[in-house]
Amino acid sequence: MAEITLRDVRKSYAKNEVVHGVNLDVASGELIVILGPSGCGKSTLLRMVAGLESITSGEVAIAGRVVNRLEPRERGCAMVFQNYALYPHMSVAKNIGYSLKIAGLSKAERTERVNKVAATLGLTDFLERKPAQLSGGQRQRVAMGRAMIREPKVFLYDEPLSNLDATLRVAMRVEIRKLHQRLGATTLFVTHDQVEAMTLADRIVVMNKGGIEQVGTPSEVYGRPETTYVANFIGSPGLNLLKGAAHPDEGVIKLPDGQQLAYDRNQWPEIGHGPVVVGFRAEAVKFGSGPLSARFDFAEELGIAKLLHGSFGGQGMIVHVATHEDLQSGQPFFFSVDPRDIQLFDADGGRRLEEARTPAARTKIAAPIQVRA
Amino acid sequence: MIERTPVLDFITHALLIGSLVALLIPFWIIFVAASHDFHTVNQVPMPLMPGSHFLENMATAWERGNFGRVMLNSIVVAGGVTIGKIVIAALSAFSIVYFRYKLRMVMFWLIFITLMLPLEVRIVPTYAVAADALRPFKAIFELFGISVGLPEWNLLNSYSGLILPLIATATGTFLYRQFFLTVPDELTEAAKMDGSGPVRFFLEVLMPLSKTNMAALATIMFVWSWNQYLWPLLVVTDQQNFATATMQLQKIVPGPVFGEPPIWNVAMAANLIVLTPPVLVTIFLQRWFVRGLISTEK
Ligand SMILES: Nc1ncnc2c1ncn2[C@@H]1O[C@H](COP(=O)(O)OP(=O)(O)OP(=O)(O)O)[C@@H](O)[C@H]1O
Ligand SMILES: [Mg+2]
Repeated sequence: MAEITLRDVRKSYAKNEVVHGVNLDVASGELIVILGPSGCGKSTLLRMVAGLESITSGEVAIAGRVVNRLEPRERGCAMVFQNYALYPHMSVAKNIGYSLKIAGLSKAERTERVNKVAATLGLTDFLERKPAQLSGGQRQRVAMGRAMIREPKVFLYDEPLSNLDATLRVAMRVEIRKLHQRLGATTLFVTHDQVEAMTLADRIVVMNKGGIEQVGTPSEVYGRPETTYVANFIGSPGLNLLKGAAHPDEGVIKLPDGQQLAYDRNQWPEIGHGPVVVGFRAEAVKFGSGPLSARFDFAEELGIAKLLHGSFGGQGMIVHVATHEDLQSGQPFFFSVDPRDIQLFDADGGRRLEEARTPAARTKIAAPIQVRA
Repeated sequence: MIERTPVLDFITHALLIGSLVALLIPFWIIFVAASHDFHTVNQVPMPLMPGSHFLENMATAWERGNFGRVMLNSIVVAGGVTIGKIVIAALSAFSIVYFRYKLRMVMFWLIFITLMLPLEVRIVPTYAVAADALRPFKAIFELFGISVGLPEWNLLNSYSGLILPLIATATGTFLYRQFFLTVPDELTEAAKMDGSGPVRFFLEVLMPLSKTNMAALATIMFVWSWNQYLWPLLVVTDQQNFATATMQLQKIVPGPVFGEPPIWNVAMAANLIVLTPPVLVTIFLQRWFVRGLISTEK
C-alpha cells in the first residue's frame, strides 16, 4: 500500500495557483526526491504534506488516511528544515527531546531515547551545548535527531543540505542515505541539486512550474527523459536538444543545414514525417571523426574532462571530450553519434515520442518500483 | 575602529566625564544635604562635604514618612504594574502577530491609538470607572433600557485601583510585536511539527527567547510606575494604609508654608530612600539584559 498518496493536489495563494494538480504515490519505505528549479512549488508541496500549508483542493493521504484537515502533529510526519530551525535557548539534548516532552514522556525515558539518537548521530559530546555553539554540520545533525526521535512514519526534508559546504554536503548525503536504510521510513526529500537527487533517490519527481514533469528512478530520469524540460534539466550538461525534421523513410533526422543524424528505426518505428526535437548526451558523442561536423566556440575545463561548446547546424551543442583535445575558436571539428543514443521529442509540446514496446523496453517500463532495502 | 586621534580622544573623554559629573552632582548634593544637621544644611552657602548625621537623618526620615509601610506599598504597586504590563504586552502582541482573525487590524489600531491617550489625558473617566468599576456596564444596560441591579464595586483605596488603570501599554505591545516579527517562521513551524500548541509555544519558546526584551521592558516600566504621582494621589484617600513612596515624599519635602523652616536634611534623606529601589532595579536588570544581549543566539 502506498504510504503517501497525493490526488490532484492544488495550491493557490489568492488567485495565483502555484501547484497544479499533482498526483503521486509513494510506496512505504521509499525515498522520493522532489527536484526542480527555484520557485517551482517543491516546498509548497512538501509543506502541504506536513500540514504547514493548507491544501486548496485535492487530497493528501498518509498511510491510507486522508490528512487534509489534520494538524501537523496528528499526521505522523517529522520535518527537517533548510535553516534547521533549532530552538536557540535550548540545549542540544532539549532540542532533540522536545517533542517527547510535549508527548508527555517521563524524564528518564526521554533521556534514554535522546542518548540513543545522539549516539547514532555522533552528538553525544554536544548534548549540553546550545545551537549557537555548534558548527553548521552539527546543527544539521541536531535537526535530524529532532526528527528521528519521534520515530515517524514519514520524513520530510526541505533542502536540508543547502547551507553546508561541498564536502560536508557529500558526507551528510551519505548519512541521510544510511539513516534511511536503517530506519526504513518513507521519505520526501526536496532539493534543487540534481547530484543530491541522483545519489539519494529511489525515485525522482521532477517538478516544473507547479506540475510534475516526470516520476522515475534516477536512471530512468537520466536515460529516458519524458520531456525536453527533464532532458535539459537532468545531467550536467543536460541533453543536447536540436530542432530538425524527421525523415522516417530514410531513418534520419535532417538539421536545417542539411546534416543528418541517423536514429534507430526499431526503437522509433512510428515517427511521422516532419519537425522533431532530437536529443543526445554530450557524453554519447564520439569525437574526432565521423560524418558530422560542428564549429567550436569555447571550452569549459572540468578537470577530468572538458566540455566543448560548439554550434551544430546553427544550434548550440555541448560535447564531452578528453582534456588533451585542444581547439581554436571557430575551428570545425568532426564527430558521430550512435543511432541508439538518439532520443526524439515532439517539436510542439516537447514530449518524448512513442517508442517501440520491445520486450526489453516493456519490462523496463513495467518493472515494479525498486525499493532499495 | 582602530584610529589614533589623540585630540579627538581627549575631547570625547572630556565630554563624557563632564556629562557624568553633571549627572552625579545632584545626587552628591542630596547625599551631602542628608548628612548634615538642621542648622548646617540651612547655611548659605551649603557645605559641599558630607557631615556626620547621615544615619540619624535616615532614621528620622524613615520614621516620619512611615516608609516601612509605604515602601512596601510602592513595591507591590510598581511590581504589579510591571508584571501586568509585560503579561498584557506579550499576550496582545502574540495575538496580533501569530493569529489571523477578522478584527486583527482593528485591534492593532485600537492599541495603537492608546499611545496617544496617556493616563493624564483620560484621568477623569478613569477615575469615574475606578470609583465605580461596573459603571460602563450599567451605562450600556441603561442604553438598552434594561434595569439590572449591579452591585457597587469601587477600586478606591486598594492595590487593584492603584495597579489596574496603569497596566494598559501600547509601547510594550509594540516592543513585543517587533520582537515576535524577528522570530523566524521556521521556528514556529518546527514547534508545530514537534506537536506544540500555541500556549506551549508561547510559554516555552517565545517567552524564554524574549528574556532580554522582558528585562528592558521591566526596567522601563518599573521606574515609570514607581514614579507615578498623580494617579495614586487621586485614588488613595486612606493615606495611612495605601500611600505610595512618591506621595509620602511630598509630605516631607517642605511645603510653601510661611514661618516654617524647611527641614532639608530629612527631606533629602527621604529622597535617598525613595530613589533606591528604582536605581537597584535598573542596575540589576540592566546587567542582566546586557548579558542577554551578548550571548544572543544567531
Ligand atoms: N505565502 C505565499 N504567498 C504567495 N505566494 C507564495 C507563497 N509562498 C510561496 N509562494 C509562491 O509559490 C511558488 C512556489 O514556492 P515554493 O516555496 O514552493 O518554491 P520552491 O520550489 O520551494 O523554491 P526554492 O527552491 O527557491 O525553495 C513561488 O512562485 C512563490 O512565489
Ligand atoms: Mg523551497
